[in-house]
Amino acid sequence: MVPSSFERNENSALLTHSPARIRVRSLLKRFGALEVFNGVDFDVGEREIVAIVGPSGCGKTTLLRCIDGLLPVDGGEILCDGVRVKEPIAGVAMVFQHFGLFPWKTVTDNVGYGLRMAGFPADEIAARVPHFIKLVGLAGFENAYPYQMSGGMQQRCGLARALAVEPTVLLMDEPFAAVDAQTREILQFELMRIWETRPTTMIFVTHSIEEAVLMGDRVFVLKGRPSNVHKVVPVDLPRPRTRETLREARFAELREIVWNTLMAEAREAEFQLVR
Amino acid sequence: MSVANEAGAAPVATTRSYPTDQQKPPFWQRRPFYRYGFVILLLALWEVLGPAVNPILFSYPSKIAVAFYELTFVTGELPYYAMESLEILFCGLFFAILVGVPLAVLMARIKPIDWALDWPINALYSTPMVALVPLLVLWFGIYMQAKIIVVFLFAVFPILINTYQGVRECDKNMIEVARSFRSPEWKMWQDVLLPFALPYIAAGIRLAIGRGLVGMVIAEFYTTISGLGYMISRYANVFETDKTFVPVLLLMFLGIALTSGLKWIERRIAPWSRADN
Repeated sequence: MVPSSFERNENSALLTHSPARIRVRSLLKRFGALEVFNGVDFDVGEREIVAIVGPSGCGKTTLLRCIDGLLPVDGGEILCDGVRVKEPIAGVAMVFQHFGLFPWKTVTDNVGYGLRMAGFPADEIAARVPHFIKLVGLAGFENAYPYQMSGGMQQRCGLARALAVEPTVLLMDEPFAAVDAQTREILQFELMRIWETRPTTMIFVTHSIEEAVLMGDRVFVLKGRPSNVHKVVPVDLPRPRTRETLREARFAELREIVWNTLMAEAREAEFQLVR
Repeated sequence: MSVANEAGAAPVATTRSYPTDQQKPPFWQRRPFYRYGFVILLLALWEVLGPAVNPILFSYPSKIAVAFYELTFVTGELPYYAMESLEILFCGLFFAILVGVPLAVLMARIKPIDWALDWPINALYSTPMVALVPLLVLWFGIYMQAKIIVVFLFAVFPILINTYQGVRECDKNMIEVARSFRSPEWKMWQDVLLPFALPYIAAGIRLAIGRGLVGMVIAEFYTTISGLGYMISRYANVFETDKTFVPVLLLMFLGIALTSGLKWIERRIAPWSRADN
């Protein structure tokens, strides 16, 4: 079932200009009788950042977990470099909202975890890890345990762990939702800086409209029950994006566009819940 | 949130520390006064009232201390039998851990094994093991092997059940991280499940030590004359109550020492588990 508001002529915006790395085709996901999303179609390019926003419970995170292969889908398919995703695949790494660090591992061991799972020998892991610890600004904390670090530092560690496997696709599941506002802002620009050094495909799920516009080349607004990509907002802000970007008139304009789309939906969803 | 220094040393606060700028409360409001004070009070009462009872039935601390000295340094019985008992206890506990932990993880991770073993294990756990001891003697004889099996049976179930619980309660988020990074199942044991379950395993082993000591003494009552259990029954039979008390108190001390030793090891190898306290 395609919601009536979903306009097919917008479909061109669902595709990407650069060669597609991720292709999502008529994706369907159910939790029991509940259809989370239905008929989701989009492409994500090789060096593109797609930000996904949507009201709570619209299935943003579920979509991301399907793309990572953590959840099975009930219809349609997800292709990564032409290969159908059925389980987590190499080359795709996820950064989690809950950080997902192992409390019993130091920063070094947490960052090296993905490499170890990928079967790298110990000496090569030892050689690679310090670079990524430095990249995220955790130099000096190699032997710290997660419980000794602030939320921001923990997520830096989570980011380093994902980057260390040198993924072609980076999946970000509300990565900065659990840190305070200032840390969040610092980490956003830090992430942009790191991405500029090695641009990859990135799918960035967030609650924050500003974050979506700041990060994304395109912003997808998820809507409806079952949800679908309701609107695609192309973000034509120049890169690299820095703090200056936030002051541009175009930034505010795009933010309003996404805001208007999202708030109409959020209100609807709110009243649906009340009823 | 405090931040670790470069060496990664934990800035861990002790749970009961008082702010430094505040005066400590007077001694009668603090823990050690009551903790040690009550023990001393009990011992003093025992010492004063004990001699009034017929010595065939009862003894008192100073007399027990003398008996302890004799058994340890004059006849050397106590260390000899204690070593015998400890050997059995540690062997039994060792096998209980060796079997209990992997079996529990298998049960927690593989549904058919869980379904198959759930009832038998709960049935055996509920059975008073004491009831099985005569049978075990029948099957395995009266020597060391039988005793180790008794200790094993007493100790394995708390370890098994606690480990199972720990693995089942493992943070689903962490399992998801492991899956996302394509961890094979057996590596997940090493990286996620066992570290997460470690506090549960340790709690299981602490329970197992207590039950294992019971099993050890019972095994010694029922089988060949050896160990602390034998000392107890022999001296009780000849009404030497002071010498009977010595191995009893040693067993009590062993239980305390082993469980607190385990707690200490746990804190050393699992520094993260202190973080929530």
